[in-house]
Order: sequence, then C-alpha cells, then structure tokens
Amino acid sequence: MNQRPAIDLAGLPTFGLGPRSPTWWGTLGFMALEGMGFALAAGAYLYLATLWPDWRLSAPAPNHWPGTIVTLLLIVSLVPNHILNRYAKQCSMGPVRIGMVVMSLLGLAPFVVRWFEFPALNIYWDTNAYGSMLWVLLGLHTTHLITDVGDTIVLTVLMFTHHGYSGRRFGDVGDNVFYWDFVVLTWIPIYLLIYWLPRLG
Amino acid sequence: MSSADLTSERDLPSEREASAKGDIAPEHDGPRDTGMDDASLHHWLTRTWRTPPGIIGALSSVDHKVIARRYLITAFLFLCLGGLNAVVMRIQLSGPQRGLVGPDLYNQLFTMHGVTMMFLFAVPIVQATGIYLVPLMVGTRNIAFPRLNAFSFWIYVSGGLFAWVSFALAMAPDVGWFAYVPLSGPEYGPGKRADVWAQMITYTEVSSLAVAVATIVTVFKQRAPGMSLDKIPLYVWALLVTSFVVVFAMPAVMITSTFLILDRLVGTHIFNPAEGGDALLFQHLFWFFGHPEVYIIFLPATGMVSAIIPAFARRPAFGHLGLVLSLIAVGFLSFGLWVHHMFATGLPKLGASFFTASSMLIAIPNGVQIFCWLATLWDGRPVIRTPLLFVFGFFFTFVIGGLTGVMLASVPLDLQVHDTYFVVAHFHYVLIGGSVFPLLAAAYFWFPKITGRMMSERLGRWHFWLAMIGFNTAFFPMHIVGLWGMPRRVYTYPAELGWGNINLFISAGAVLFFLSFVLFAFNLVHGALRGATAGDNPWDAGTLEWATSSPPPSYNFARIPVVTNVEPLWAERGALPVATGLRVDVRELLVSTVAEAYPDIREKSATPSIWPLLAAIAVGATFLYSIFTPWAIVWGAAPIAVTLVGWFWPKGDPEDEE
Repeated sequence: MNQRPAIDLAGLPTFGLGPRSPTWWGTLGFMALEGMGFALAAGAYLYLATLWPDWRLSAPAPNHWPGTIVTLLLIVSLVPNHILNRYAKQCSMGPVRIGMVVMSLLGLAPFVVRWFEFPALNIYWDTNAYGSMLWVLLGLHTTHLITDVGDTIVLTVLMFTHHGYSGRRFGDVGDNVFYWDFVVLTWIPIYLLIYWLPRLG
Repeated sequence: MSSADLTSERDLPSEREASAKGDIAPEHDGPRDTGMDDASLHHWLTRTWRTPPGIIGALSSVDHKVIARRYLITAFLFLCLGGLNAVVMRIQLSGPQRGLVGPDLYNQLFTMHGVTMMFLFAVPIVQATGIYLVPLMVGTRNIAFPRLNAFSFWIYVSGGLFAWVSFALAMAPDVGWFAYVPLSGPEYGPGKRADVWAQMITYTEVSSLAVAVATIVTVFKQRAPGMSLDKIPLYVWALLVTSFVVVFAMPAVMITSTFLILDRLVGTHIFNPAEGGDALLFQHLFWFFGHPEVYIIFLPATGMVSAIIPAFARRPAFGHLGLVLSLIAVGFLSFGLWVHHMFATGLPKLGASFFTASSMLIAIPNGVQIFCWLATLWDGRPVIRTPLLFVFGFFFTFVIGGLTGVMLASVPLDLQVHDTYFVVAHFHYVLIGGSVFPLLAAAYFWFPKITGRMMSERLGRWHFWLAMIGFNTAFFPMHIVGLWGMPRRVYTYPAELGWGNINLFISAGAVLFFLSFVLFAFNLVHGALRGATAGDNPWDAGTLEWATSSPPPSYNFARIPVVTNVEPLWAERGALPVATGLRVDVRELLVSTVAEAYPDIREKSATPSIWPLLAAIAVGATFLYSIFTPWAIVWGAAPIAVTLVGWFWPKGDPEDEE
C-alpha cells in the first residue's frame, strides 16, 4: 500500500537504560515468573506447616547461624551493588570494572557459608516432609544464586574486553544490579521460613 | 502528524546526556532509509534481515515468522497424533468388551491424548500464532529476544519427541494428563512412566514461559509509533493477557512436576502423608496451573474472534474497551477457580461455596465478550465466509460448554457426575468449541498472509459442516451416557449396562470429526500449492499485518508504520503514514514507550545464531538424563553454561555493539 513519511527517527539514541530498554522488561518478566515459583514453594511449605500440629515433625531445630551470616553478607552486598549501578548509569568504565569484580566476589562469598548451611539444617531431605521442604527452599535459592553469580562473572570478563565500551553493555550491568537486588530480596522470606518459622512450632 | 506529537520530552531523561559523556565507543553510522527509493530499500533490508542459506543457516534462524511456521506445523502434527490416539480409543469403546487394546495401552492412550493436546498442541499453537502475528500487528520487524524465541521452539520439539519416543517404547505416562499422586508417586508408579510425564512438563513449560516473556516485551516496547494502549488490536491484547497468565500459572506446574520427580527420584516426602507430606497439595498446585491453563488456551482464541468479526462485519469491534476489560478480568479471575476441580476431595463447605461463586462469576466477563461480538455483527453488514462460519460454530459450541460449566460449578451436581463422561463432554465443548473452532477460523483467515495464497472456500464450507456435525455427534451423547453413569478412563464396559449403541453412535461421530481434519489438511496443502493468489489484504481488514505483502518479507515492513487509529488501514486508505530514519545495513528496529508508544530508541535486534539450538540440546539432554539420576543436573550444568555463554558473547556484529 502507498506510504507517506510522517515522522523521522534518525535522531533517536541507540540504547537506553533501565525501563527504557527491552532487556530490563525481560529481566522483570523472568523475576516475576521466578518469584512466582518461590511464592508457590513457600506456599506449599506453609500449607504443610499448618496441616500438622507439631510442625518440624519432632526434628531438631536448625542452627540459624550460617543462614544469618549469608543474610548479612547479602544485605551488605547491596551497598556496592547500588554504587555500581550509579557508575553504570554514567557509563564510566573504570569504576564499573572495579564494581563488577567486587560484586563477583560478593556473589561467591555466600557460597562458602552456604556449604555449611545445608548440614546446619539438622535434617536430611528424605527424613520427612519438613526436611524435604527445607532442602527444596534452600536448593531453589542456591540454584538462583549459582545462575546469577555465573552471569555476573561472565559479564565481568566481558567488561574487561573491548566489547564493554558499548551502551548496551552498561545497560546489562544495570540489569545485573537489578537482578542481584531480586536475589537478595527473595532470600529474606526464605530465610525466615527455614530458620525462624520452625522455632515457632 | 509531526514527530513532535510523538516524541514527548518527558520520555527523554537526562541519562542520555550523561551517557554521551561515558566510555562508549562512537557509533558507526550506516546508510538510513530516509529518502531511499523502494528498490534499494528492499535490496538493503533483504540483505540485512534474511535467514542465512544452507542447513546451518536454517537452524540458526531467528526470524519470528520462520520460527512460528515451524511451531505451527509441529503443533499440527501433534494434533494429528493426539487425534489418532482418540480414534483408537473410540474404536475400542465402540462396542462392549472389544479387544482392540488392553487396559495398559488404554491408560497410555488417554494420558498421551490429554498430554499431547494440552501441552504439545493447544498451548504451543496459540503461542505460535502469536509469535507470527503479534510483531506484524504491532508493526515491528522481529519479536523481542528472537534467540530466546528460537530456543523455545527447540525445547518444545525435544519435549514432544521425548514424550512420543517414550510412547513408542511403551514407557509413556499412564497416570492421566494430571498425574495425581499417589498413583504417580514412588509407591504406585513404578518404572519411568510418571517421570516421563514430569519432565515432559518441564520442557514444554520452559518453552511456553520463554515465549510469554518475549511476547510481553514485544507488546510493551516494540509497538509502532502512535499505537498507544487504546489502539492496540484486540488480538494483541488477548495475547498480552494470556502471556501474563502463563507467567503466573506455569511456574505452578513446574513446581508440581519438580516436587513429584524429587519424591520419585531422591526420596523426598512432599506428597507422602505418612511422613508429613500431603497428597492433596499436589492437586492444589496442579490446578493452580491447570485452571488458568484453560484460559491460556481460550483467551487467544477470543482474540482471534475479535480480529475476525470486525473484518467480516465491516465495522470496528463494538465495545473495544469492554472487550479489553473482559480479557483482563478473565485473566485475573482464572486464578480464583482452581478448587472447582477438587470438589470431590471433601473440602470445607465454605471453600466449596467460595469457588462455586467465583466459577459462576467468570461467566460474566465472558458473557460481555459474546454480547460485544453479537452487537458488532448486528450493526455490521456480515459477509459470510469460512472464517466467520467457524466463528458461528464457536458461539454455538462454546455457549453449550459454558452452560454445562455453570452446571458443574455447583457442588451437588459436580459430585454426581464427577469422573463421568458428562465432564468429558463438557470440557471438549469448551476446549474444541472455545479454542479449536476459533483456531480453524484463524487458519482460514490468516493462511493467505502466511502463504500468499487462498484456501478453497468451497472445501472450507464442507469442512465446517463436517466438523460441526461430526463434533456434535461425537460429544453431545457423552452428556447423556455420563448422566447414565459411564465413568471416564475405562477401557471397556459390559454389554449388560446398555451403553453399546450410544457408544457406537459416538464413535461414528468421532470418525466424521476426524475426516473433517483430513479434509482440512487437504485444503491446507491444496491452498499452499494451487490456491488463488491472495494479495496484501484479501479480506480488506484493518490491522497492520495486512499492510505488508503476503507472505511478509523477512523485515516485515519496509518502513515502520505510524498508527493513528485502532484499525489503521481503514483510517488511512490513501497512504499509510510511516516513520523514516532507521539504518538499513544492520538489524535496527524501533523501541517505543510502554503506554503512549512514543518513539524512544533505535534498537538493534539479534542476528541469526546456532547457539540457541545447541543450548536447547544441552538443556534437553539434561532433562532427559535427569529422569535416571539427580546427578544429571550437575553434569548437565557445564554444557548448558558453555552454550549460554556462546549464545550471549558478542561476535563482533554491529548488532552486538550498540
């Protein structure tokens, strides 16, 4: 069909950060579906917990200390995460490289403690349903952590190559910051469910 | 309209100035389409957007139309396979005590029929239609995240192959399409059959979730300039709402299947009441997905109806806003009804009453949609062609299914007919009436766009009447035999019960219905090879997919259209306003703002890549291996990581750098 030029797009920028970029919305979409998965797993846990009068099913209470240390590490990591975000918005390469290295290390640190977290649950996954749910919740979050830290490390390496000097890569750093916030945020309710809910029973 | 109307200052934040000062390599500019003549524009865009030649090129394609065609053909093949399952079951049930298949094979047959129709046909085909049409209807050049889209197709194919190869090896799931525990649990479900069900679910849901996210972002961020929320076509709204329902419903079934496989494989006790678990938890989790699933299939079909009726009624849809709000209302309400699948489990009375009320409530927005369509037809000058005939078939059939749905929503009646053929009749009226008839209408309607040729109108009418008569002959008597007490999922019945004649009648109807699909397949092939040339807009419809050639070029639109009306082609009969200024030497498309669709960014779209296929192979192999050992997840992690890095690592294309 016939066409008539109505508007000119030549002056538009070639990238945008945050909600202006499709990648940000894609990240949000994946957060929504992963968050839904977490919510349902937590819902299943609460469903079982309310079903049985003596929840914990006579198992010993978990030792909360490794989990508490992970929680503190994750909360502390939010500070450099948001400093990194500021530099990513300014597209300033030096501080972004430093920030990405710091965030990779702060991503790896919780794994060291997490290694001690599983035995500190004081129950195995195949002992009873309470044990199963603790391992499922902790396992879900660990998978989440592994994928995001893996992604952070790859992006860190990328920022040290010439591919880093691109608006789109700085946008990726911003989205990585955004996603890390989500990893930390999802941990808080899981932490409470694993370590503190059983103490109520 | 000037560019100032469409570019709002508030959409251009100060980040842009900041970014200009940052450490960014200068943009390598290239030729733009501004002022370029049509021949050179076509030449440039074809070179930039084509799928590379050769087998590797074909496997690397990220063109949404190529992927969607593959999806459509694959889903149609699964429809045929699922249909053959049904034919075998109907032959077995055509008389008392027939010996064509035994109980074990029969269990696999009805499970494979349900699983294939729900997970390998219905959801993929409605999503595939969206993958093809949504980018064209919103006026963009490719779907958002084109490689993720390609990945989702390969995952879907591997899930389908996995299920059907298992069936060929007599290890198909035999526990019904919803695989309730304890039947599917470690105690009563020996062997690998239930594991096949669980992992097949994981494959297909990963694929659906990926497509849903890509669809949402395409609709939010890639609409043509001027296509503000109130000008989004109804079909696109339907796909948008559906995608949101997918995002919030599908994780439930992934959680269910993961819990099941954990119980079976590593000895957790999540569904084991003896160790503090609960079997009903499975049903809650499953139906929290399973009920929205019905609407995941139905909502896109209503979108198709909303696209077809205006084209043939020759006027825009009556009550556009009401239709959109109904879609959104149905999307929300679909999450509040799951328990009506569980009335026979002895729920507390208050819960049952609540879910009865919510089940009846959802009839209201669905009723609003039907009245809007009727009003559109009433006020228009309807042109009766095959697509519209199938829409009439949809009205007739779906309304009957809706009425039995309201009946089943009341607990006393539900308890009486639970697990009988009454329920089988109800959900086939809803699913075939509510989704398959609109899909057939859509096939006749959009076939010319996809192939450039028309399907035969005469065969189409034969097809319609054969399908209507066959369907109703097969399924209406099921209401009666269900009320007589014939249960679902029995492989035979004794002659003394007197169900023989009516079942023979049902089977005859099923054969007629099957033949209608043979005729449809013939019409598809005949149309593709010999059909009359269609032209750009054979139905004189008003939405953007009809503004480009049939079939559309790889780049969809030579210039991005500018939208001024909800039916842009009817509003701009003289010449379509378009935008200029995009580069033609790289895959550039327009990103716009979410609500108003102001032009915002010249975004690069991903180039073809073989990595999504490799990633899908790695993921698929891991899922397959994981039905045998939990260590599969550990061993599979490395190849998955390698293929994902390969996928995302920039290869030096200009598309990667901006």
